[in-house]
Amino acid sequence: MTTIHIEETPHLCAVLRLADTSLVLAHRLSEWCGHAPMLEEDLALANIALDLLGQARLLYQHAAELEGKGRTEDDFAYLRDAPQFRNYLIAELPRGDFAFTIVRQTLVSAFFHPFWQRAAGSRDATLAAIAAKAEKEVAYHLRHCGAWLVRLGDGTEESHRRTLAALDALWPYTGELFEVDAVGRAMIDAGVLPDPETIRPVFEATVDRLLREATLPKPPATWMHSGGLRGVHTEHLGHMLAVMQHLQRAYPGAVW
Amino acid sequence: MAEQSMPLWEVFIRARTGLAHRHVGSVHAADAEMALQAARDTYTRRGEAVSIWVVPSAAIVASDPAEKASLFEPTASKIYRHPSFYEIPEEVGHM
Repeated sequence: MTTIHIEETPHLCAVLRLADTSLVLAHRLSEWCGHAPMLEEDLALANIALDLLGQARLLYQHAAELEGKGRTEDDFAYLRDAPQFRNYLIAELPRGDFAFTIVRQTLVSAFFHPFWQRAAGSRDATLAAIAAKAEKEVAYHLRHCGAWLVRLGDGTEESHRRTLAALDALWPYTGELFEVDAVGRAMIDAGVLPDPETIRPVFEATVDRLLREATLPKPPATWMHSGGLRGVHTEHLGHMLAVMQHLQRAYPGAVW
Repeated sequence: MAEQSMPLWEVFIRARTGLAHRHVGSVHAADAEMALQAARDTYTRRGEAVSIWVVPSAAIVASDPAEKASLFEPTASKIYRHPSFYEIPEEVGHM
């Protein structure tokens, strides 16, 4: 099926950034299904993936309303190519080992928990309602993944080594979470989205506390990756979308 | 999964306020906090619970199945202990 093209207003673009981040991260987590190190964690990761998928669905439905062209959530998920995706790069990186998945989920949750808390006061009533739901879900993701981070970091020599390697690999992707471009500025000024600068102290405090407990050194300030918000992605997203979108592209309109 | 690093925990959940916790199964977890989270993720996915207990399986003292006859058979002939001759008013609810 042919790729759709979206006329992105700043508001629509901002909602797509959140929707795409939730969907792409949900897909990465879903790749653990049947492969997690233990049955209990297989379920836990699938639960988190389903929470994020639920958030993505609501956000895409909202995007479809904002666009007003009668599209569905599936159109946004399955009929756009990688350069049209607006997710943060950290969401699309391959799942890696269990330590990588835990560190990523902890970092992302440490940002999105305070983000959704503040977004619950958005002037966009639909977004505020989605945020109120997401905030409770992400609070648990942070609790669960944070608990694992502490145990992996302060665990065996191997778990410490793997967790530290994951942290060093992922840290340069955290800068993008705080990026404010023209779209972001317009949404902050309109009271639609929180200013990430107000989230930074909460994020830093959460990360510092967890890393201290996990006996992991905080990575030094470094050069940060950027690009996801304007559709410039790593090589990994295209491969992921090829798998995720294959069925709808090959059999347009296929349903259960 | 090494049994000493990921011991077994028994999971009890309370479905509604006013009911007792019921045994629903078990999980492997490194410690109490992770056991509680594993129980949440494994056994409360469909809104089954308002409360969870986890107990180290090793802390449970069990009766010996070989002693079944001496422990339980003597009660079989004492049907007068069964409160089956009473009608329970509906408003009493769960007993």
